[in-house]
Amino acid sequence: MRAAVIVYPGSNCDRDMEVAFARAGLDVTRVWHKDTTLPAGIDIVGVPGGFSFGDYLRCGAIAANAPISGALRDHAARGGYVLGVCNGFQVLTEAGLLPGALLRNAGLKYICRTVGLRVEGASVYTDGYGAGTEIALPIAHHDGNYFADPATLDTLEGEGRVAVRYTDNPNGSARDIAGILSENRRVLGMMPHPERAAEPAHGNTDGARLFAHLTTALTAA
Amino acid sequence: MQEPAITEELIAAHGIKPDEYAEILRILNRAPNFTELGIFSAMWNEHCSYKSSKIHLKKLPTTGPQVICGPGENAGVVDIGDGQAVVFKMESHNHPSYIEPYQGAATGVGGILRDVFTMGARPIAAMNALSFGTKDHPKTRQLVHGVVEGIGGYGNAFGVPTVGGEVRFHPAYNGNCLVNAFAAGLADADGIFYSAASGVGRPVVYLGAKTGRDGVGGATMASAEFDETIEEKRPTVQVGDPFTEKRLMEACMELMQTGAVISIQDMGAAGLTCSAVEMGDKGGLGIRLDLEKVPQRERNMTAYEMMLSESQERMLMVLDPAKEAEAKAVFDKWDLDFAIVGETIPEDRFLIMHNGVCKADLPLSKLSSSAPEYDRPWVATAEPAPLGDVPHVDPVDALKILIGSPNYCARNWVFEQYDSQVMADTVRVPGFGAGVIRVHGTDKKLAFTSDVTPRYVKANPVQGGRQAVAEAFRNLVAVGAKPLATTDNLNFGNPEKPEIMGQFVGALQGIGEACLALDMPIVSGNVSLYNETDGQAILPTPTIGAVGLIGADQEPILGFARDGHVALVVGASAGHLGQSALLAEVFNREDGDAPHVDLEAERRNGDFILAQRDLVRSCTDLSDGGLALAAFEMAEASGVGVQIDTDETAALFGEDQGRYLVACNFDQAEALMVAASHAGVPVSTVGRFGGDMVRFGKAAAPLAELSALYRGAFAGHFG
Repeated sequence: MRAAVIVYPGSNCDRDMEVAFARAGLDVTRVWHKDTTLPAGIDIVGVPGGFSFGDYLRCGAIAANAPISGALRDHAARGGYVLGVCNGFQVLTEAGLLPGALLRNAGLKYICRTVGLRVEGASVYTDGYGAGTEIALPIAHHDGNYFADPATLDTLEGEGRVAVRYTDNPNGSARDIAGILSENRRVLGMMPHPERAAEPAHGNTDGARLFAHLTTALTAA
Repeated sequence: MQEPAITEELIAAHGIKPDEYAEILRILNRAPNFTELGIFSAMWNEHCSYKSSKIHLKKLPTTGPQVICGPGENAGVVDIGDGQAVVFKMESHNHPSYIEPYQGAATGVGGILRDVFTMGARPIAAMNALSFGTKDHPKTRQLVHGVVEGIGGYGNAFGVPTVGGEVRFHPAYNGNCLVNAFAAGLADADGIFYSAASGVGRPVVYLGAKTGRDGVGGATMASAEFDETIEEKRPTVQVGDPFTEKRLMEACMELMQTGAVISIQDMGAAGLTCSAVEMGDKGGLGIRLDLEKVPQRERNMTAYEMMLSESQERMLMVLDPAKEAEAKAVFDKWDLDFAIVGETIPEDRFLIMHNGVCKADLPLSKLSSSAPEYDRPWVATAEPAPLGDVPHVDPVDALKILIGSPNYCARNWVFEQYDSQVMADTVRVPGFGAGVIRVHGTDKKLAFTSDVTPRYVKANPVQGGRQAVAEAFRNLVAVGAKPLATTDNLNFGNPEKPEIMGQFVGALQGIGEACLALDMPIVSGNVSLYNETDGQAILPTPTIGAVGLIGADQEPILGFARDGHVALVVGASAGHLGQSALLAEVFNREDGDAPHVDLEAERRNGDFILAQRDLVRSCTDLSDGGLALAAFEMAEASGVGVQIDTDETAALFGEDQGRYLVACNFDQAEALMVAASHAGVPVSTVGRFGGDMVRFGKAAAPLAELSALYRGAFAGHFG
């Protein structure tokens, strides 16, 4: 199974995501933001964390219009899998692949800490945990306060598209939402960093199951 | 544009002393023009020339089998085996941070990261040591918020994990905060890049952000004392752009791979002037610059402004002309400005041309290696008066005062604003002892710590200097790392005052002795003098940053205390209360002598811990607040109560050096005692871990209550 990780000039979790994909057994390629196509046969595209274009404007707003974005949209439209973490989640909302927006944290401060999460919606990303499982993952962001209008939030909840929720909301996110799925459940955007809790050296392996189950599911598909 | 005439006022405004100006006249055999005067002021100020400190810095131990490159380059380089090296340095950005806390701190981080990647090392860890005034001082809260946000804003976006640091508060920093930034990077030992230019007629290449008028005269400002005109100095603080820095770093890494880079120097203090002079001076060459080719952000910039601008995120390189096309492709990929702005020339000459007009023509070596040096008069610090009586205090009450104080409460409010895990190699995040980072792709780990106890240095500079190194040594040992080497960031007051110079000389003596005895040579550093406001000096603050190595086949000591574990103290306790945290925080007293550091015992006890690492579950050094604070911190980090048998003030709060608190099970404790008696290391059982209370003798409080106080205090003081 093949994964691509998009690299924007200010990405800084690209290597981390690449390592997590590779450890789970995926064949990983890096794709430069100035490219206009993805390599053939890509099953999943990773949109990594970082500060894609400095994020002096809205986080992810410039990245959503990078040359590679057309290919990313096409991949998603074809039913391809996409995982956006942190800045990647912000890029996916700016690109219109996921609804809502990530606003400045309610406390107005950057937060880096490990937080409690409850896994909910069914997907290749979350099924390894089982709905209702509580896990802990690191967050590290200044703009992770998920916002959408009430109707969108109702839809997300009604369709079981809230992938993970904070057990103790750190940033003011609407309805404690930490990560959401697209309608076809193949695009996941999440603020917590599973790739930072993916091997014993991290002191926390709660993120490893996401990558492991993803690989298993893609291989079986 | 008409340039100002060189008057006595103009010379003084450039921070050039009359005797220094006489030396300039002697060197040139004529009067300098305006641009030349600016260049001299940038190169000869304290910040760039180390003119007051150089003769003392030469006495520090800087060599060892592990040292690949000691002081003098952008950062020190230390061997970590397997053909790899760790490259690190610590540098101050004190004055800019006081004037404009966010940008001052941010560009401090940017500057130290550039020092590291200039040498070919990808930054893998950052720390910062911060000293502020008291919490009630009107500026402190704003400085704390601004500095912490600035550090986070830059480091988080750049993408380097911040894994440690210090935050302290003392009235001596009310008018002059300290921001000391540390960075470490990883490089191949045979892939280190240096600043010495070589080869005549080679292109001098400018890379990175455009040059603006920001920071003109910054290095001169950093070498001046403050007074009430400080707000007027705000325009001399530069503005940071971590996004450009990140691209600059990636571009440099790629460029270095192509073999195009002959020499490289970042533009930090005194920007284009200092970087060009360093490259030429180290290579024994001259440099010609054509300033109209410099990428400029603002219109009509003069030669003076361009030569003195401290715009950030810029690099100067000498490139192999044969690889120019490959180099350009890398810059284009990362959308960075790239321009050939001059060339190396054979004669000892710094020639600055602007639109065909000569704006400066100076003997280059006289600007740097032949800059003035002073052996300033100094007086040794008087021996401290003996410690008066210390009244008995309820130990739990005293602990509550300590852990609720700005100085000893938990630092989560600070550390959680820094990304400590980006790069996904962080093994231990900040909060309890040294930070630990895995060397990417290996099982080796590096530990990082930053330490100094300024009130000790003030009371007894020699012992305080020793103690700063010894505490760094212990913090590395406590996570199972072998201490490798040290960087020093020496923050002091006005060196023209003999008593301040005496602090400097004494502290350096102590640092040198400890680095030698503990085999932690100084490989890089920075001196920040004139940290005074209206004549009031800061506490002497020689911050020690240190790096240790945990081998691929070694287990780090990262465990926690568990219910039933024995609490042991390794090292001898005599109950030294002079200059202790207890005195300062509980009794508002700073008297007595600093604790003396027995360097042989330090070495022996540290080596013992490392040799017996398999018997140690959790370990922390005993420093400020003695056994009481260490036992609480270990219990708090482990989420388990602790019972310390004694309730005696000196035993609990004494700050004798060379000590560690160890938690392990009963069998391990017995084995440790046996090993200790063979090694001649004092080890004593002081209590045990378990339950949900913190007890000192009969005094007790619930751990949960103390933990809430400890974790909530910082936000309570400053949030």
